[in-house]
Amino acid sequence: MSARVDGNALAGILSEYFRLDTTSAIVQCSGCGTRAALARELVYPDPMGFVVRCERCEDVLMIVVDAPGGAWLDLRGVDGVQFRG
Amino acid sequence: MVETRIQTPSARSIQLDVPGWPGNIAGQHLDVRLTAEDGYTAVRSYSIASVGDGERIELAVDRLPTGEVSPYLVEELRAGDQLEVRGPLGTYFVWHPTDTAPVQLIAGGSGIVPLMAMIRSHETSGSTVPFHLLYSVRSPRDVFFADELRALAESPHLRVTYVYTRQAPPDWPIAPARITTAAIAADAFSREENPVAFVCGPTGFVETVADIMVGLRIFAPLTIKTERFGGK
Ligand SMILES: Cc1cc2nc3c(=O)[nH]c(=O)nc-3n(C[C@H](O)[C@H](O)[C@H](O)COP(=O)(O)OP(=O)(O)OC[C@H]3O[C@@H](n4cnc5c(N)ncnc54)[C@H](O)[C@@H]3O)c2cc1C
Ligand SMILES: [Zn+2]
Repeated sequence: MSARVDGNALAGILSEYFRLDTTSAIVQCSGCGTRAALARELVYPDPMGFVVRCERCEDVLMIVVDAPGGAWLDLRGVDGVQFRG
Repeated sequence: MVETRIQTPSARSIQLDVPGWPGNIAGQHLDVRLTAEDGYTAVRSYSIASVGDGERIELAVDRLPTGEVSPYLVEELRAGDQLEVRGPLGTYFVWHPTDTAPVQLIAGGSGIVPLMAMIRSHETSGSTVPFHLLYSVRSPRDVFFADELRALAESPHLRVTYVYTRQAPPDWPIAPARITTAAIAADAFSREENPVAFVCGPTGFVETVADIMVGLRIFAPLTIKTERFGGK
């Protein structure tokens, strides 16, 4: 798997569960407070899923696990998500 | 899969007929899922080079020698084969024909694919917004969509500039080298024009270029949009 991509690569998996595209949503990092579109964040693909890190401070924002029964979204480093219509 | 065309010594474009495809905007991608006989699956993202309505779409894939998926798509896929795709995907790294800001495009290698969709959308929509494409390739043979780019660059609204990293054409004034601050500055709009930028290619290329661009202070940071394809 590729060493590092970005949040654009999450559009596919998240489209299975969200009607709106989530990669334009603004994510706020609980580590440094930076707000950025999910598409801008750093994404580390792994056979288990995707680890998403803040583009600014590189703390873990979220982990997206694609499991046969459905996806698991661990939002451990996110203060909030703003969706834009 | 309908048809393929050789693009470079390591890449080809792939035409797909996707029943029910809703059309796509420039810059979007799709996910391809391959499933082996034992049920093992691999999913990879590929940008869509085509734009607009219709169920015929075009991808362009570069083969990574040690890759799991790209060698199959470049060398083995045959007309009539079925592929499982999911898309169109993404609303961030996209250009709309109604956008009015001057556009700086910077591609490394296969990173041209989503930018090609933007250039095609710009052309077919009749947009007169100025487009600059700075395209970094190993050698003249590694240019994707070379003939089409040559023809489109006749437009007064599109400027295409190449950076050769390994081998330049015989009469080229600049020795082959990685993309430099000077090359980017020379192609850039002025800050007063309020340009936006789309940078796409291998991850290392994208991050190097984005850092240079932030340093140039021509672009407001949030107007530089990037898409990392992976690798170093
Ligand atoms: C949103 C998005 C759009 C993309 N669009 C395109 C496209 O239009 N055309 C295209 O050819 N590719 C595109 N890619 C890259 C593509 O998804 C695959 O990563 C690529 O084809 C390699 O897959 P693979 O299975 O052959 O290699 P893998 O088995 O995944 O990787 C093999 C080796 O190559 C390295 N590697 C992975 N990706 C790259 C890379 N891009 N450059 C250099 N080394 C790499 C890996 O680290 C690994 O060591 C896109 C990626 C993303 C995230
Ligand atoms: Zn942070």
